[in-house]
Amino acid sequence: MPGPQALIPARLETAPHMPAPIAPFPQVDHQRALFPEGLALDCGMVIRPLAVAYRTYGTLNAARSNAVLVCHALTGDQYVAERHPLTGRPGWWESIVGPGKPIDTDRFFVICANVLGGCMGSTGPREEMTDAEGRGLGRPWGTDFPNITIRDMVRAQKKLVEHLGIRRLLGVVGGSMGGMQVLEWAATFPETVFGAAPIATAAYHSAQNIAFHEVGRAAIHADPDWKGGRYWEDGRVPARGLSVARMVAHITYLSEKALTRKFGRRLRGASAVTFLEDVFEVESYLRHQGSTFVRRFDANSYLTITRAMDYFDLAAEHGGDLASAFRGTATRFFVASFSSDWLFPTEESRAIVRALNAAAANVSFVEIASDKGHDAFLLDEPDFHRALGGFLAGCADRVGV
Amino acid sequence: MDARTPDSIRYVAKNMRLDLRLIAEMIPAGAKVLDIGCGDGALLAHLTAEKGADARGIEIDMAAATQAVAQGLAVIHGDADHDLAFYPDGAFDYVVLSRTLQAVERPREVLRQMLRIGRHAIVSFPNFGHWLVRWQLLWTGRMPMTETWHRPWHETPNIHPCTIRDFFDLCALDGYVVEQWLAVDERGLKAPWKRSVSLANLFGEQALFQLRRG
Repeated sequence: MPGPQALIPARLETAPHMPAPIAPFPQVDHQRALFPEGLALDCGMVIRPLAVAYRTYGTLNAARSNAVLVCHALTGDQYVAERHPLTGRPGWWESIVGPGKPIDTDRFFVICANVLGGCMGSTGPREEMTDAEGRGLGRPWGTDFPNITIRDMVRAQKKLVEHLGIRRLLGVVGGSMGGMQVLEWAATFPETVFGAAPIATAAYHSAQNIAFHEVGRAAIHADPDWKGGRYWEDGRVPARGLSVARMVAHITYLSEKALTRKFGRRLRGASAVTFLEDVFEVESYLRHQGSTFVRRFDANSYLTITRAMDYFDLAAEHGGDLASAFRGTATRFFVASFSSDWLFPTEESRAIVRALNAAAANVSFVEIASDKGHDAFLLDEPDFHRALGGFLAGCADRVGV
Repeated sequence: MDARTPDSIRYVAKNMRLDLRLIAEMIPAGAKVLDIGCGDGALLAHLTAEKGADARGIEIDMAAATQAVAQGLAVIHGDADHDLAFYPDGAFDYVVLSRTLQAVERPREVLRQMLRIGRHAIVSFPNFGHWLVRWQLLWTGRMPMTETWHRPWHETPNIHPCTIRDFFDLCALDGYVVEQWLAVDERGLKAPWKRSVSLANLFGEQALFQLRRG
């Protein structure tokens, strides 16, 4: 029987060898709504004009009462239920959004917008910088893009919703950072939200989560190709830094159990794919995640959006009392968490539920048993799908959709 | 006669249609109701549909809670011992605790919370004073095993059994007014001993109380 040494390759890597840089996907035009008046941000700046890229699915009914807004997570985008125009991959929530699905596009008019600060067509660091009068300056915002908050993202979405002629959303649904937007929607525009479904999220970003984000940001900052944020000047991409940021983040989306189930301690067949020089399968998986991510995502966007998440603290916006964010609300809530999610653990969802109870709000809450970690909200979890679908159907019945 | 498997037995009631109907009869139309230990939400669905109530629930069993939420009911996964403290004073007209009091960690505190957050409390519990329970303990010298008390002492979640008399005493101790009460049999049918506490305590398998603060 071989001793433990036999498992260790003769030549150990001293530094990770990155795969050859892969060119970013070519840019495409996204469907957008333009707001020349711009948007006043929490930081005091006005960003002008404001562009909100979005997609819709299903049909808005005559009463305009069947609209459901889906809020995407940190690295998601508006292509929630269709093939992505850049990556060619299926929509990121096709298990949830579609005909006959929990967010049923036969019944609901589904809207999903790229967040402010994103990189799929909404105003963000990759878009052209403008001056106070809204004149283009012929260069991207880059790191000069102002600090934004989750509430700024929500205000931008509110403009889109009004632009679409919708006075009240039947539902606002989102997981992770999308869930933060849902909470902010319910707190800031309660009369616009009939049903709110914050999923696998929290009312503030924890110190641990900020710490993980900071590791990702440090990796981007440390990449020489980042060039102090001005990588766009010579068409470079800080691919190494951004992919390390993605690798770290990806670990936080999974669970120890999920990683063990998927990869265990299995070794790469060293003779077959030597150019990767990964020892364990989990390494090559992570490296793959990182390298495909950099083709579609902008590093400065990543910095901007992770900061917005870090700033998020809904209780602090309401005098330190989370319940007062929801006092007197008529919005119905559906809160869900996943048992193995250690990024947004159940305890944080329960804190939201308790605050909603203290505010005498109408709330449903379930913790779904899953070993898939934070990612579970994106995956096939039948109990979660039944509960979310039932909640939305209940809202629709009450509104008469 | 108890052929049910332990998994299918839940102390928060089954065979509950009739005793739930009795509870539903006590609740007026349009009331704001919290059902603690609501199971799959049968009472909530009934009160919402038939009485236009604003009915919400708490359920400790995740599968049942998920089932209720999937029907569009406002149910949270939680339990009586830990979650009531977060509701504001007087948030509900009626707070219902059906066949759960004997299974909570601190029944007296749960009752106090119920009457803090609700104007009325409706409580049902299995009566440990029933003659068969008394007889079995006296005759066999062992913990009783009946249709109601059907799990061995080391398995049962019912850690705080009490009798109808005991419950009256607790209400007196904490100054609660018993607005109405009745004894029912295991199937939830009204038993005819409501005139006499002693008889009810001997022959009633379940007790149903409506309380308010004194």
